[in-house]
Amino acid sequence: MNKSIKYTLLSSLIILFYFFIPLPIFLVGNETTFVCVILLCFVVEYFIESAKSGEPIYMRPIAAIKAMEEAVGRATEMGTPVLYVPGISSLDQIDTISGLTILGHVAGMTAEYEANLHVPVCVPIVMETAKETCKESYLKKGRPDLYRNDMVHYVTDDQFAYAAGVNGIMLREKPAAVFFQGKFYAESLILAETGNSIGAIQIAGTGSSSQIPFFVTACDYTLIGEEFYAASAYLSGSPEMLGSIKGQDYVKVGCMIAILIVFISSLLNGYGIIDFNIESLFRTNVVK
Amino acid sequence: MYELIGVWCVVLLTLSIFSYLYGDNPFYKAAEHIFVGVSAGYVFTITFWDTIWPNLFGRLFPKYVGAGFSFDITYIFPLILGVFMLFRLSKKYDWLSRISIAYIVGMMAGLKFYVFLNSNLLTQIKSSTVNLSGTYFSIFNDLIILVGVISGLVYFFFSKEHTGALGKISRIGVYFLMIKFGASFGFAVMGRISLLIGRFEELIEFSKPEYYYSTPVTLLIMIMIIGYWAYKDNTKPLEK
Repeated sequence: MNKSIKYTLLSSLIILFYFFIPLPIFLVGNETTFVCVILLCFVVEYFIESAKSGEPIYMRPIAAIKAMEEAVGRATEMGTPVLYVPGISSLDQIDTISGLTILGHVAGMTAEYEANLHVPVCVPIVMETAKETCKESYLKKGRPDLYRNDMVHYVTDDQFAYAAGVNGIMLREKPAAVFFQGKFYAESLILAETGNSIGAIQIAGTGSSSQIPFFVTACDYTLIGEEFYAASAYLSGSPEMLGSIKGQDYVKVGCMIAILIVFISSLLNGYGIIDFNIESLFRTNVVK
Repeated sequence: MYELIGVWCVVLLTLSIFSYLYGDNPFYKAAEHIFVGVSAGYVFTITFWDTIWPNLFGRLFPKYVGAGFSFDITYIFPLILGVFMLFRLSKKYDWLSRISIAYIVGMMAGLKFYVFLNSNLLTQIKSSTVNLSGTYFSIFNDLIILVGVISGLVYFFFSKEHTGALGKISRIGVYFLMIKFGASFGFAVMGRISLLIGRFEELIEFSKPEYYYSTPVTLLIMIMIIGYWAYKDNTKPLEK
């Protein structure tokens, strides 16, 4: 059966099951959310399957990704370490997970170039995951001998104490390349300014929209918002991740169409051409 | 007496952190190490006594802990996952910690998916309505938001090349993003300035005779020591 027909039928069946099942097993009032969850999952899954089956996926070039190798190369030439800051949040934040995926890529490059990597971490569980990531990257590049357990180390859980600690590391070690990839809060400007003052190439990436301006101001390259997640998918190179990026692009098209429908519908409702308030569709019944 | 010692410590540590403006120096180094060390110990203690002890052990051993909870056997699972994390210390069984990590990542991904879908996606679509009963200014505002959201979304298209019409719309999206970032930057700087004023107010307060001129005395001593240190360490000049 054609793949697109299969996915359309399956998602339609689930939605029909939700709306017409006689048993009260679903919470009433979350219909829109349910339909969106099903549609989103199936769209993304469809493109993941397409990518897995070998369909080529185009990804537009992102300058910051290209600059990563340049930054690591510069640090190697100068004989200074590469500093990687994975943000201050735990693994419950998607930014941290994306940051760790990019760390794997950077660790692979430092293994290849025989450069020093330094990863100060704010959350213990992130430290363990970062250690695993770096170890795997060094192993993949055939340089497990270069991996040191202390290249990833814990500083403290406190936000500003961590910022002070990382600043100290920057001032003393003078890394030529600094990566800020993860979830950041108010410490972002303090870190990025210090990196700027020591003349390091700085590549930042975060989904925290309130912190992006500081990185844009003080860093050489910044992966803003979704670029950051796309970069981690791009660098991982896995068909699952690349397929999900394409799937999300189609979800965005769907969102734009929905936004235009809502806008036009509210206009028509405002002029009295139709008697339907579209906002009533977007109700959510939250169970406490 | 203790208050006075506290005030002098506050002034010394604040000025030590400010001394970073001059470059890396012994005062900044000391303050940084104290800050990192104290906060790490403090966070560990608080996490254990305020979270793990009452919420976990309080439910597994309610009579012994006495945190006001009744016995709940399901809390054995967080305990097991927590113990698995400690297996990181063992070379043979460190793979067990991956189960705990996988649980955290998977569970939070599922939870956040629902939250983000509702708060970021559906609420955004819902907010695209235009209220014709409002003023001309509010209607214009709604239109601006519509154009900004659509063009911003186009900028974040990754699987298509940004050329032609798509490129032009995404360029508009970039302008919207930059305006947002500029406004956000200005707003945050205002907030930081008010924090700085707060610190200065405290330092000015501690300059009074009842605190034995803590701020100016500490500042003077620090300047002299940093000057002497810079003079002695002239083989390694201070770097900004």
